[in-house]
Amino acid sequence: MSTLYEQLGGAAAIDKAVDIFYRKMLSDPRTSKYFQAVDMDRQAGKQKAFLTMVLGGPNHYTGRDMRAAHAPLVKLGLSDVHVDAVVEHLGSTLKELGATDAQIAQVAAVANSVRNDVLGR
Amino acid sequence: MQVRPGQRLLDALLDAGRSVPSSCRVGACQTCLVRATSGAAPAPAQAGLKDTLRAEGYFLACVAEPEADLEITLSGAALLEVPAQIATVEIMGADVVRVVVRPDRAFAYRAGQFVTLVRADGLARAYSLASLPPAPGDRGTDALELHVRVLPSGRMSTWLAGPDAPGAHVRLRGPAGNCFYVAGNPTQPLVLAGTGTGLAPLWGILREALRAGHTGPIALWHGARVAAGLYLVDELTDLARRHPQLDYRRCVLDGAGVDGELSGRLDQRLLEHGPFAGHRVYLCGDPALVVELKQRLFLAGATLAEIHADPFFTATDGSRVGMGGSIT
Repeated sequence: MSTLYEQLGGAAAIDKAVDIFYRKMLSDPRTSKYFQAVDMDRQAGKQKAFLTMVLGGPNHYTGRDMRAAHAPLVKLGLSDVHVDAVVEHLGSTLKELGATDAQIAQVAAVANSVRNDVLGR
Repeated sequence: MQVRPGQRLLDALLDAGRSVPSSCRVGACQTCLVRATSGAAPAPAQAGLKDTLRAEGYFLACVAEPEADLEITLSGAALLEVPAQIATVEIMGADVVRVVVRPDRAFAYRAGQFVTLVRADGLARAYSLASLPPAPGDRGTDALELHVRVLPSGRMSTWLAGPDAPGAHVRLRGPAGNCFYVAGNPTQPLVLAGTGTGLAPLWGILREALRAGHTGPIALWHGARVAAGLYLVDELTDLARRHPQLDYRRCVLDGAGVDGELSGRLDQRLLEHGPFAGHRVYLCGDPALVVELKQRLFLAGATLAEIHADPFFTATDGSRVGMGGSIT
């Protein structure tokens, strides 16, 4: 059984997905302030890793990594609102890439499974 | 020598009285190159270095926060240096000089890359190349051309503009940087945008693109605070006349729009010409503007892979700055 990562086209699909997803995060007033990074290429790299993970591709993130990485943002007010925004933009990005509703729901479940790690709960 | 947690290697070395040339302090100009002779070079401090340098353990001291013990050499970068001589220095605009440097031996580069110029006493600064390398098989000139803004507090720039520079022996390190033309997509729309001496690499990239037969639309934007800050105006106007696919736009912040210049901020004027999906973009010059434009062009459709940004940080001597040095 292939992963959604493979079904959508692997690394090439992730590159396209990052462009679309990153633009949405930068344009959304709920999340844009967390993405006002000066180094966009580095930011894109992190999002690439995240998208790879939620699509079932090769990744090495642990819950502890997600927790540690987002802890400084939690101090700055990161909350469920932002995780909801991510899940939403993930869904609309995948829809643009031709994923089915069932596939999108599957990905949302993976993203939600790290919610508590991301928010330090 | 101990490096404290969270301390950058460059700061630790300077605190310990070691002499390490540095300039931008933010990992962009590659002046502070050191080499790990035992232990692994910290990977995040290798960003931007070409593959061969990374493989040899070179890394940038100004952004390195070592996580494990290392043995390093400070003189590794000297092995990379090519001796050269400053041939001529001439004034080009209000405070810009054209510096022609002749390397003692062949120095391969792509138009738009940058080099580190090292003075005899070790002072080093990175400058973009404005020259066009000879075409393959062409025995054209191999002199390098730099455009340098002379800053009152600029140690290297005031020396270059002074009487001791012409004829001086210097060393060159590099080339480095990803701001160069890549053939293969001759109909792709190109945007080349820069402020001040950000025009230097764009001048090289533009001529390389035209030489390679680029037929797609090319928009060259040059911005300055005042009209006197523009230069190469006649050359660019002439090039645009001879190549219909080239659009040359000058933008002056404090200007009345005389002489064909647009008035206002370069980024605002440029963004009126979107969307930018499918465009390749080169951005060079003032760091704040380059960063701002990169993000806004991305939002207007350009992909990150097709945006090549070369922010020009000025040297910081001892003070700590984050991204975005100041340009006077």
